Amino acid sequence: MNKLVECNNLTIAYDKNIVLEKVNFEIYEGEYLCVAGENGSGKSTLIKSILGLKSPSTGSIEFFGFRKNEIGYLPQQTAVQKDFPAGVFEIALSGCLNRSGWRPFYSKEDKLLAKINLELMGVYGLRKRCFCQLSGGEQRRVLLARALCSARKLLVLDEPVSGLDPAAAREFYTTMRYINQNRHMTILMVTHDIDLALHDADRVLYVKGGTAHCSTAEEFRKSEETQKWMGGQNNA
Amino acid sequence: MLESVLTMFSYPFLIRALIAGVSVALASSLLGTTLVLKRYSMIGDGLSHVSFGCLAVAAALNWAPLALTLPVVSAAAFLLLKLNNNKKIFGDAAIALITCAALAVGVIVISVTTGMNVDVYNYMFGSILSITKTDMIVSVTISSSVILVFVLLFHRIFAVTFDEPFSKATGLKTGAYQTLFALSTAVTIVIGMRLVGALLISGLLIFPPLSAMRVCKTFKSTTIFSAILSVLCFFAGLVLSFLANLPAGATVIVMNAAVFCCLFAFGKLVYLIRKYKSKLRTITKATL
Repeated sequence: MNKLVECNNLTIAYDKNIVLEKVNFEIYEGEYLCVAGENGSGKSTLIKSILGLKSPSTGSIEFFGFRKNEIGYLPQQTAVQKDFPAGVFEIALSGCLNRSGWRPFYSKEDKLLAKINLELMGVYGLRKRCFCQLSGGEQRRVLLARALCSARKLLVLDEPVSGLDPAAAREFYTTMRYINQNRHMTILMVTHDIDLALHDADRVLYVKGGTAHCSTAEEFRKSEETQKWMGGQNNA
Repeated sequence: MLESVLTMFSYPFLIRALIAGVSVALASSLLGTTLVLKRYSMIGDGLSHVSFGCLAVAAALNWAPLALTLPVVSAAAFLLLKLNNNKKIFGDAAIALITCAALAVGVIVISVTTGMNVDVYNYMFGSILSITKTDMIVSVTISSSVILVFVLLFHRIFAVTFDEPFSKATGLKTGAYQTLFALSTAVTIVIGMRLVGALLISGLLIFPPLSAMRVCKTFKSTTIFSAILSVLCFFAGLVLSFLANLPAGATVIVMNAAVFCCLFAFGKLVYLIRKYKSKLRTITKATL
């Protein structure tokens, strides 16, 4: 498999508080990589530095054979103010901008792509509605459709199922598996929902105690630490 | 009434005022949507005070007003937009600081040199009826370029306004758009000041989008409606100021304020009717 992203000796800090230190890992083309770890362990921060939203203090992030405008991203939270006039279709379409180069307006293909992805997420019927009038779960689906529009090689999802009910979450994981396998999309997903994630993921990046290490989903399931962590989760 | 309106536009100075005013009103209403949505409403006010200070200094040095004002206000716009993104220094406090400092410098320079004369009054409250042919050409050229940039970048401006981290993460050059946006805002304010004055220019920026937002659901419809409102209010304001012999800039802003109030009431009414209808529906369902 081709290497897509390589992180070397990554150290990330907010002001002087080091969040992650000396993190090394790769993302391979076509794989389904889960980022797991406790709250506040630095999962989102790690994702943000890969996306270029937070620059690392030391170390490097290299992209191989693909560019930033081939990424799709679902943020953990989108702080949209209450009265922002934004239509659902407008938002999904805005995901197509990163492939349009210097072209000022959307093409027919862009509109078709937005339609397909809204349909895939089951919110095409809401396309004429205002984003702010939607429920939390519906908003999440629209933002996912936007992420799918902008993703060509890598799809980065930061806790995608938060705000979705269990049935919708299961449906979502099925969709992700479909996209991973049929669209050959590389998926990098931060999640708490480790049971479901392990079922689909190829590998797991476990973030703990200021560092992170990769293992296959199988190894991760067997490791003692995971047993303890998951056991703790189940008891809670 | 119609006759006096027709007479009104037989005066060349009023035609010039109308052409320059409509172009500036259009440009500022387009930029205003993003300023309001990004919580940058006060930036227009801050920048107009900076350009007031600049005009005073330019007058004292006997320089061409635009030569000094344009670069300084552009720099200030850039700085303010950047500061607003920086969480450590509060954006609104930064605007207040720059606003007061620039105004204070302007007042000192004016009192030392020319004193409070007609020119200064014009900076503050606008002198739309005294604009020359050159002023008009400058206004129209600058506003047309702002409008052109806005139309070409419309979708990108929406994406960056709606969700900047997403746009940045997926490879859009958000910094470049922000710089271009700051520059457009700065030049629009500088030329707009000539028309409605430093104290009123932010009204041209924020009233039309805020009015449009009362009734529109999408970014595109808000922008278009806001542009239409802005042009109509300008026209109506100018006509009214002529008929009732009122100051033009202030009348235009009052017009905008009146339209805002109407649309605000209309929006509330629509909301209440919808709420009432859904209540009615539940009651009927329950009785059935």
